[in-house]
Amino acid sequence: MIQVHLWSSLRSLTGGQQVVEVEAATTGELLKELVRHHPRLQAPIDAGVSVAVDGRIIATGLSEPIPEGAEVYLMQRLRGG
Amino acid sequence: MALDHRKSIFNFVGTRPDRPDGLDKVTGRARFGADAYAPGMLHGAILRSPHAHARIVRIDTSKAEALKDVKAIVTRADFAVLPFKPGLEGEFWNVLENVMAGEKALYDGHAIAAVAATSALAARDALKLIEVEYEVLPHVTDVDNAMAADAPVIREGAADYSVPEGMHPNVVRYHESGHGDVEAGFAEADLVIEDSFVTEATHQGYIEPHACLASLGMDGKGELWCTTQGHWYAQKYCATLLGIETAQLRVTASEIGGGFGGKTTVFIEPVALALSRKANRPVKLVMNRSEVFRSTGPTSSASMDIKIGMKKDGTITAAQGIFRLQGGAFPGAPGDLTAMCAFAPYDLTNVRQVGYDVIANRPKQAAYRAPGAPMGAFAVESVLDELCNQLGLDPVDVRLKNAAAEGSKASYGPTYERIGLVETLEAAKAHPHYSAPLKPGQGRGISCGFWFNHGGETSVSLALSEDGSAQVMVGTPDIGGSRASMALMAAEVLGIPYENIRVTVADTASLGYNDVSHGSRVTYASGLATIKAANHAVEKLCERAAAKWGIPVDAVKWEDGCAVPSGPNAGDFDPLPLADITADMGATGGPISGHFEATPEGAGVSFGTHIVDAEVDSETGKTSIVRYTVIQDAGKAIHPTYVEGQYQGGAAQGIGWALNEEYIYGEDGRLQNSIFLDYRIPVASDLPMIDTVIVEVPNPGHPFGVRGVGETGIVPPLAAIANAVSNAAGVRMKQLPMSPPRILAALKEK
Repeated sequence: MIQVHLWSSLRSLTGGQQVVEVEAATTGELLKELVRHHPRLQAPIDAGVSVAVDGRIIATGLSEPIPEGAEVYLMQRLRGG
Repeated sequence: MALDHRKSIFNFVGTRPDRPDGLDKVTGRARFGADAYAPGMLHGAILRSPHAHARIVRIDTSKAEALKDVKAIVTRADFAVLPFKPGLEGEFWNVLENVMAGEKALYDGHAIAAVAATSALAARDALKLIEVEYEVLPHVTDVDNAMAADAPVIREGAADYSVPEGMHPNVVRYHESGHGDVEAGFAEADLVIEDSFVTEATHQGYIEPHACLASLGMDGKGELWCTTQGHWYAQKYCATLLGIETAQLRVTASEIGGGFGGKTTVFIEPVALALSRKANRPVKLVMNRSEVFRSTGPTSSASMDIKIGMKKDGTITAAQGIFRLQGGAFPGAPGDLTAMCAFAPYDLTNVRQVGYDVIANRPKQAAYRAPGAPMGAFAVESVLDELCNQLGLDPVDVRLKNAAAEGSKASYGPTYERIGLVETLEAAKAHPHYSAPLKPGQGRGISCGFWFNHGGETSVSLALSEDGSAQVMVGTPDIGGSRASMALMAAEVLGIPYENIRVTVADTASLGYNDVSHGSRVTYASGLATIKAANHAVEKLCERAAAKWGIPVDAVKWEDGCAVPSGPNAGDFDPLPLADITADMGATGGPISGHFEATPEGAGVSFGTHIVDAEVDSETGKTSIVRYTVIQDAGKAIHPTYVEGQYQGGAAQGIGWALNEEYIYGEDGRLQNSIFLDYRIPVASDLPMIDTVIVEVPNPGHPFGVRGVGETGIVPPLAAIANAVSNAAGVRMKQLPMSPPRILAALKEK
């Protein structure tokens, strides 16, 4: 089970939870499972998110592995200049 | 992505060879956006709104169409009848609406119609004959006013899921993050300072205006030459907006005369293609400077509230920031990034940050180096400086005491991997600049800054020639010396001289997809791909050597540009140089190339610390920057001269942003300073020699340890300069730019 830390303003979409748990082995599975358990997270995920796994920010890749016990944060998609 | 190794001893990387584009640029041979021509070419011009907010009641182009030199006129109606993909929405819709107004003009300078004629003069004359009837609407250009209850609504329904109920419709995105209990943290503090700050919108100020040459036939096949930071992006957006298949539009990136984020989107390119399709002739469009200011993407303006608590020993107990960013008439202002970056240099137990994206009647903002981060750093680092002053603490010591390091929890959430902030602060403390005496009227300021950096989709091909030279095809326009860096990295892997490698920015028909040159990603991502492509070629070189020697390929290794036998049973063979293998490659298996395509996801975040000395003339309010030192973690500097150039460029642009640059709007909502005479970017005489210190804390996500350096350098300057000016003037400066009138007003109120 992976603990996923959300940014604070997503609490309104998860019944007040800022940390949710899902079963996932990759970043793609993680996003699917988040939506399955919390359908209202579809909107922010569609708008674009990054996933930080043990401090490494994964901007787009859906096949990045998530080790058991990894620290996982959902982040808004980054944009640069 | 698993990385096979990280190299630490280099032969070519870290040297300073001549830049490959230098001769072309100093002799005028380099071809920029406006340097393209085609047989039968027409010239385009765009009619722009004189109103900040107006309903377009009627457009009559008949008089202009009657001119014999006019070959095509397009308005949004022409775009609308094109076979758009169903459901054009989101950013595609925003970009279409921005390149050609629909029902309303949303800002002064918004495109209303465009003409293609046989000369630029004829096209401009024709614009004067286009009659537009406007119903002028109330407008708002200031971020705080745009959020007020009585502000005119710019677009109903523009807000996304994130905006809490009850906010004004001009608030279109909302972000909140942090951890701990800020109220409890403030209660623990010996001193809490709360203050508000404002920054005005500034332009990236690239010297080359937007320019393109477009050709789109009735068969749906097109060619586009343009100055851009991302020609695959231009291809995707132009094809979508024009309803053609992506692969039918070949886009070539010209040499670029500056971008800094402002050329990561399209403005004139879809319009030129639409004119070309209608006229059935090539169309060239070149913006003038006023159009660049009025109609392309400046950075956001910002209004910010900061509250920080500190103990007497310098420990930060809590920090909170509210960041309101205005991004023009479309969603996209980076309030979320401002919030996530503002406190990122510090290891905080209690932190809360809120970001607002607010629309107003201004041009659609575009990225500008580390979008959103400089404003937040200005506000946060100003309050930190004030805390240090009031508690009698050394500003570097306080930052060192609170500095984030490997294992710290970032203010935006995750735990940091190996980072180099502490090293930049220690270098600042040890630098002679920090202990140099100041003269009367001078003040010193320091600031830290953070940026995320980015990877992105990347493709690279490398081909070896029979004579042993190599060509590398990348898809990221060279905005900061990347051709030299790629050549050095390829030389490092292949073991052949830098001068034997030519790097070319390929067009969209010649290589796989590449993300835009943004996010400080090019040396990291295209560099990683170049290394991988070179390794791919080396594998083939080893195979050829193994076949020639009749030994297994795993008994061959690559060393200093030669295949050499490796291992106890490999046999005794003389090293086989690369050129000896490629000389007969046609007969030993065919051409030797290497390829790599991926989305690298280990960009590694970056930090910098700046030291500034400023002198304020109390009679005129003029500020002179008398000394400036940039210290930044580059991970590994591939070509140190270019890295230093990025540091110096960030500081120079930051000096302009801090002291003089601003978009000034009149009460009529029109931009009042749309030329360089009135919008003052720094010139050489405004700048001191900017000293640089390259700190190298290797990025674990890159084979050579590279971290992007293009953006972090503009994050600390606003704050460092504001702190220097505030300390020189003896009054806290809370609004940028710190132009002479603002400084005089602040001195008067002291």
